Amino acid sequence: MNSFISLNTIQKKDQYIFSVLIIIILSTINFIFLNYIAYAIPFILLFSGLYIYIFLDIYSAVVAIILAGITWDLLFVKPHFLFDLHKIESLVTVLVFFIITLINVYIITKIKKIKKQQFVEKGLGQTVKFYDTLLNSLSHELRTPISVIIGATDNLLQQEAKISDSDKNNLLQEISIASLRLNRQVENLLNTSRLQSGFLQLKKDWCDINELIHHVIFQLADQLKDHVVNVSIKKDPLVVRIDHGLIEQVLFNLINNAAQHTAVYSVISITADYTDEKLVLTIEDNGKGFPAKEINQVFNKFYRSQNSVAGGLGLGLSIAKGFVEVHDGSIELQRSIPTGAKFIIKIPAESISLKTTEDE
Amino acid sequence: MNNTEILVIDDEIQIRKLLEITLQSNGYGVVKANTAKEGLAAAAVSTSDLIILDLGLPDENGQLVLKKLREWYVKPVIILSVKNNEDDIVSALDNGANDYLIKPFRTAELLARIRSVLRNSTVSQDVPAIKYEDFEINFSTRSIIMNNAPVKFTTTQYELLTLFVKNEGKVLTHQYILGEIWGADYIAQSQYLRVFVAQLRKKIEKNPNKPTYIITESGVGYRFVAKEIE
Repeated sequence: MNSFISLNTIQKKDQYIFSVLIIIILSTINFIFLNYIAYAIPFILLFSGLYIYIFLDIYSAVVAIILAGITWDLLFVKPHFLFDLHKIESLVTVLVFFIITLINVYIITKIKKIKKQQFVEKGLGQTVKFYDTLLNSLSHELRTPISVIIGATDNLLQQEAKISDSDKNNLLQEISIASLRLNRQVENLLNTSRLQSGFLQLKKDWCDINELIHHVIFQLADQLKDHVVNVSIKKDPLVVRIDHGLIEQVLFNLINNAAQHTAVYSVISITADYTDEKLVLTIEDNGKGFPAKEINQVFNKFYRSQNSVAGGLGLGLSIAKGFVEVHDGSIELQRSIPTGAKFIIKIPAESISLKTTEDE
Repeated sequence: MNNTEILVIDDEIQIRKLLEITLQSNGYGVVKANTAKEGLAAAAVSTSDLIILDLGLPDENGQLVLKKLREWYVKPVIILSVKNNEDDIVSALDNGANDYLIKPFRTAELLARIRSVLRNSTVSQDVPAIKYEDFEINFSTRSIIMNNAPVKFTTTQYELLTLFVKNEGKVLTHQYILGEIWGADYIAQSQYLRVFVAQLRKKIEKNPNKPTYIITESGVGYRFVAKEIE
């Protein structure tokens, strides 16, 4: 943070006290050493006022300057200790004093404005960079399917006679894939904004974890058709109270990630357990894993691995982390042995006790 | 092929058009309305056999429209809703909707739902026994037969399965099932339901992890689906 911003956070009252104190101290010093620094006195008072203005706000500076004017007249204009503006010289001196101060305040206001602008621009710089990344990935991830849809429909509408039936079918397939992809990306964006809004409300309900995991695998059947998927539920039945919609999204993103970023016939292992009143989920693959230097960034918004060839907005893992954290849970990435990525999720949750699960 | 007429109440012209094409090409007649007011008026004058109602209408809350419709309209109503609105879906089902679809929806799904609610509204379920591909329920002897031999089901399991079977194709909310099987005091205790559904699936499904009979309607309830005989 810039210094003037942090100083501005000082309480208003303290600012006034601070400016009054500075003027009093300076005046006292000046008065004691009157004989040595006589001509410098008005300037010292003036600059103290300006100094206050630079670091505090205009009101404390005005207070300081008025005070400085009065002290100047009282202490340094003869007769001492009398506020006397009848004499032309003292009136002129005080007026000149104020005019100079006003000019200075004007100049400093300008400087402050420029400084502030620079600060805002610097802050904006990061925001702009953030939105650049966002727009880049958005325009790619959204425009690609949109282009496919527009292109394919154009073909179907205008070149209808020239296209063979099998090509027609292929174009329709492409439209279908593209719209599903669009739908998924919109879902991701909506989830991100839900998280960012801070108004995400958990809708906790009882959830059969075995069912949830298999439901996600079923949804990802296409993406997983060339992978080996192992599921191991350590406790049966594993019924816990969570927001199943959010945890389903977490599992979806992690398993989808594993499927997209590992070679065909890679193994994806999913386990679920309940220990220390926590639901523990692990999603592990035997792919290449994340580059060591990127491990700390994987949960960042718009993170895309340098080595990644697959598309995506880079929102999946940040959403996963966000949804786990709204459950007061944790998500962690480890490297699996010998290679691969292992995500460990721990979510504090109520679980159905084994007694109630016995059949009648 | 048939003269079933469907009233579509949706304010989005593209959705209306899509529904019109889909429904007409499948032999249904289509009447369209783009506001709640128009929809209620159309329902009153037309001879529609089914209404597809969008919950997000510009002039009136869809739930309210549904309630008004249900004061006199006894034929099936299918709700169209956007995602992440499971609570809305549950209240719509409580308010008398027969089924729901989430936008964006798949055409096959839409047609299956329409067939299912139309069938449910015409066929009575008063039969002594029902036979499915993998099992058979005999209501008079309260028994379930698999591979030609009776299988042991507990009372609750039997009642739950019967409830599902008798509401074939229909989505049943968690609260409804809990109230029917365990009683009003258990409406909030959906953990029991999860366990019993898992048990039922282990018994009747070929692969309990890929259920084909008892389908989960995420956040809403369950739906019993028997393989459609076309």
